[in-house]
Amino acid sequence: MSEFPRIAAVGLGGVLVRFADHLSEPANRAALAFRRTVEDAAWDGVAECATSLTSTFLRFDPLVVEFDDLAARLNALLASRDWYDVPLPTGRRRFIVPCVFGGDHGPQFGAAADAAGLDHAAALAALCAPLRVMTIGFAPGLPYMGALPDFDIARLSDLVSVPAGGVAVAIGQAIVFPNLSPTGWRYVGQSALRPFQPGAAQPFLLNAGDEVQFRAADPDELQAISDAADPMGGAEVTAI
Amino acid sequence: MTAALIITRAGPAMSLQDMGRAGHLGQGLSRGGAADPLALAEGQALLGQTPDTAAIEMAGMGGVFTVTAPCRIALTGAPMLAMLDGVALRWNAAHLMPAGAELRIGGARAGAYGFLHVAGGIDAPMIMGARSAHLSGGLGALLQSGDRLALGRDQGNLAAVGRGLDVADRFAGGELRILASLQTEDFSAAERDRFTNTEFRRDARANRMGMKLTHEGAPFATAAQLDVLSEVIVPGDVQMTGAGLPFVLLPECQTTGGYPRIGTVLPCDMPRAAQAGAGARLRFRFVSRADALLAEQSYRAHLAGLRAAVRPLLRDPAQMGDLLSYQLIDGAVSAHHEGD
Repeated sequence: MSEFPRIAAVGLGGVLVRFADHLSEPANRAALAFRRTVEDAAWDGVAECATSLTSTFLRFDPLVVEFDDLAARLNALLASRDWYDVPLPTGRRRFIVPCVFGGDHGPQFGAAADAAGLDHAAALAALCAPLRVMTIGFAPGLPYMGALPDFDIARLSDLVSVPAGGVAVAIGQAIVFPNLSPTGWRYVGQSALRPFQPGAAQPFLLNAGDEVQFRAADPDELQAISDAADPMGGAEVTAI
Repeated sequence: MTAALIITRAGPAMSLQDMGRAGHLGQGLSRGGAADPLALAEGQALLGQTPDTAAIEMAGMGGVFTVTAPCRIALTGAPMLAMLDGVALRWNAAHLMPAGAELRIGGARAGAYGFLHVAGGIDAPMIMGARSAHLSGGLGALLQSGDRLALGRDQGNLAAVGRGLDVADRFAGGELRILASLQTEDFSAAERDRFTNTEFRRDARANRMGMKLTHEGAPFATAAQLDVLSEVIVPGDVQMTGAGLPFVLLPECQTTGGYPRIGTVLPCDMPRAAQAGAGARLRFRFVSRADALLAEQSYRAHLAGLRAAVRPLLRDPAQMGDLLSYQLIDGAVSAHHEGD
């Protein structure tokens, strides 16, 4: 019997379906597809669903539905097909995002490249490869993007503060902060992207499944984009 | 003209709060809402409000307020010294606030979060389904001196004041019951035992995302905590930072994270957790899921019974002066209100 997928309780009113314990593209697709299927099922007592990188989370009212009942239903759904073989969601987009790497705009770029064993040119090339948004989490609209296997480096225990639009890397992924935030990830670049627009008709800029590719920009270009106060951060957006 | 509450002087961490915004976990936005949802419910019971009514949450310190029309107010949560035109007001009670009277709310005498409720609620715009500020998410902001907040229409009777609730003390720390969660087993049995045998104190460092705990002895750690995959986080999770120091996560916590959590505080014990004032002593005890469900049932029954538990305030003979002055003010205000 495979160790995954696996069901676990999260506090009193949560249940997590884990498809892997390490980052994997099929497990990420499985989590996204499973979330959509559970949402469509609209089970009584299930309040909302979400995904993290390789798992699907359900929040439920423990006085309406019992954990064991929910787990049994989830197990039946898991057994109904091969979830690792489901395609990505449709309606995805590609964002090409100007970003300044290194210097004041990414003070840990050099240290991150060193930790990854890359020279600066190779680090820059790796960061500018196409990435996929694997999940949104931690902070509103914050994308976890990968795969970035060259930067499979640990988080730091000393936290740094990263401003809105800041790009940080760790454990094979890149993230963009929607707001000023402390982090143990390494702050390598700065964009003008604002992934969360509170109060806007579409407050969340990115969805899991979207593609993001950074394009190296110089500080003057970033300043011009920032001055224009464009929440898209000067990104070129195309449907894929 | 719409009645308004004017904040003459705002404490350092006052914000508008309600039950928060459920339904956005998948987009990284935690529910947020009142740090002490029980205090929110107590105020709603005192004023006969609906559960979605927004109130002013005051972390540690109140402020100075006036209203432009007479209205009913209620004070709940961490007890603070409250004076209405120089007359002390009972906490956990509903009062009449005449137009132009000055309400001064001081520092918390115990606990962390006091709440000022106004009948009809604060009529701020709904953003993504709620009026509450989500400070860590960049949604809304702290209330400031000079702010003028529109009030909703009070569906109740202005005379429905002078009532109170008996509230059990949850403002001095104590025991928090926790359930095992996703990473509990990543801590050795010896570390888990040490955790439940340790007395913690709430550090002065706390915000609506989480509260830091301090203790004597070694940090708590798992074998590999800097490279675990980010996974779902829920309020109540007791998270160990990279340095092995515990934080209890509160309503504005992040939605996912990579630091290990040793357990999750029961939802019904979160008001006690959030209301532990700086320096309060806290301990943790693991309970079974069956016991946690019983505790949740009892908590929901308590919430459902709050309205029925509201009773007239017994007048303290030592405060008869207040009684007399307030009866007079009540009459004056009612007449004034009808004449507006």
